[in-house]
Amino acid sequence: MKGNLCGGMRPGIHPPCKSRIIWNDHEYMNFMGRTIVEKIFSSRCGRGVEAGEVVMAPIDAAMIHDITGPLAIQKFREMNGGRVFDPKGVILLFDHQIPADSIPAAENHVYMRQFAKEQNIHNYDLREGVCHQVVMEKGLATPGKIVVGADSHTCMYGAGGAFATGIGSTDMGFALKFGALYFRVPQTILARVNGSFQRRVGAKDLILSIVHDIGADGATYQAVEFAGPTIRDMDMAGRMTCCNMAIEMGGKTGIVAPDETTWAYFRERSDVAPVPLQSDPDAHYSEIRDYDVTGLAPQVAVPHNVDQGVDVGVVAGTHVDQVFIGSCTNGRFEDMAEAAEVLGKNRFSDDVRVLIIPASREEYLKVLRAGLIERFVEAGALVEAPCCGPCMGGAIGLIAPGEVSLSTSNRNFKGRQGSAEGKVYLCSPATAAASAIYGEITDPREVQP
Amino acid sequence: MRAWKFGDNIDTDAIIPGRFLTIYDPKELASHAFEGTRDEFAKSVRPGDVIVAGRNFGCGSSREHAPHALSGAGVRFVIARSFARIFYRNAINVGLLPLVCGDSDKIRDGKGISVDLDHGFIESEGARYPIEPVPEFLQEIVNAGGLVDYAKDLTEVETCTGSRR
Repeated sequence: MKGNLCGGMRPGIHPPCKSRIIWNDHEYMNFMGRTIVEKIFSSRCGRGVEAGEVVMAPIDAAMIHDITGPLAIQKFREMNGGRVFDPKGVILLFDHQIPADSIPAAENHVYMRQFAKEQNIHNYDLREGVCHQVVMEKGLATPGKIVVGADSHTCMYGAGGAFATGIGSTDMGFALKFGALYFRVPQTILARVNGSFQRRVGAKDLILSIVHDIGADGATYQAVEFAGPTIRDMDMAGRMTCCNMAIEMGGKTGIVAPDETTWAYFRERSDVAPVPLQSDPDAHYSEIRDYDVTGLAPQVAVPHNVDQGVDVGVVAGTHVDQVFIGSCTNGRFEDMAEAAEVLGKNRFSDDVRVLIIPASREEYLKVLRAGLIERFVEAGALVEAPCCGPCMGGAIGLIAPGEVSLSTSNRNFKGRQGSAEGKVYLCSPATAAASAIYGEITDPREVQP
Repeated sequence: MRAWKFGDNIDTDAIIPGRFLTIYDPKELASHAFEGTRDEFAKSVRPGDVIVAGRNFGCGSSREHAPHALSGAGVRFVIARSFARIFYRNAINVGLLPLVCGDSDKIRDGKGISVDLDHGFIESEGARYPIEPVPEFLQEIVNAGGLVDYAKDLTEVETCTGSRR
């Protein structure tokens, strides 16, 4: 089905039926009564598309990394892939096992390097950092684009107004071959957020509380749109933290309508020009949920599910063996600055292994130039080069049976950071830093400089 | 054909832990399936056995190693009350059939189970429970035996724009 500009609409809502119209990527305004996600698919398809429709949509970019990439390449070849759809549309890098921690990992890197060379794909290799952060900061997932990644946290790019979702390696093989993929256009849950955060409470605490509220599968097959004054006031780093964890509710993507903050972020990273792209006031949402962060306490997700969030006070005093500050969820400069502010002139406890891993080379340099690396190292932390760190669960920083990790990453599943008999708690950078000072889960609001 | 019963929110880290992700051979992955969370699975699973679970089976990572670890063990069907989205697509793409069954909680661990796709039900301990059909747009991929077989002879696809890619 194609090109029927006025057909298939919801009763009572009609797009302008112009006799002659040339659709392009930026005519979002021509589709009325729609969510951002519906507008992106409508724009890319050149006709009005609604949630629930299944479309073979063109994709703008596809990301593969060292864990899921080799299998995607293998599937691409089994599908008689030949040449990838567009070498410039493929983002290829290594972040999960870098520098190679085993001979099989090193072999995977070689396999992907050869593929990049053969296909004329730019290879970021292991230089740039965690895939999702790199895609954002290189300006490869700008507003209105459809981006897929062979990693579940690809949903993070919605922070910049793209439709982005994680897929498996076989779907990626297909996407690499055709530059298109089947999508069921998702319905959207609107999370409307009001209020100002207390000191040392922020985006991570908000998203942990939203995941707790919606549940581990409450957003399955749906997009989660974050909106409201609190989101408008939130920086890109915070929006990325929120969108990153949409998958922890089963969401297909998280998304924030692009605004001045978004365009300012992309101004120096791409040549994209601002366009109006937001959900219409009469858009149909599957659900609207209101949140107020005014009284929100720091949140901790207890083992072994991400939706098990509690106020920090409930678990305060729990001994921790390792603290990890980093990951695609919370490895940006803003996160490191938050941790450093809580650390102040304190030292980290000698009973805790503190791992600090900036999410990318760019973020690492910002943290370095701000003098925070020196402060962390003085305080007793190990600072590692940008990578997924313990959250990969097979490379560095694994925990032993019976050990407890407190982590700013996104998953606390059994065995996620090593032994299945260990425990992982999730929290914000502020809570992680506070807890690392005392060797037990600590409310960051109570830490004195 | 025994049923291996699991609970809600079985994540892909449980199905195949991160430290085995440099392995791509399904049989080798199968030898580590549920390692650390249910060790007897890899030891005792037999070809044709069926996984039965509650809500949100396969949540978490997009790692396709998870459905491969199950199919490598000879499992052909996963029956659950609901599936996480990426796992569901991955399973279909690699020829492991995910079947939604609202009564999956009634199946007991270790009991015999059979799947009748033609008539849309599963049977265990003399009782039959209906299963939901696979969405139409994925049926062709299922019929082809997976996405590789579906796509390998295609030279182009028609996109929603009407263009061919």
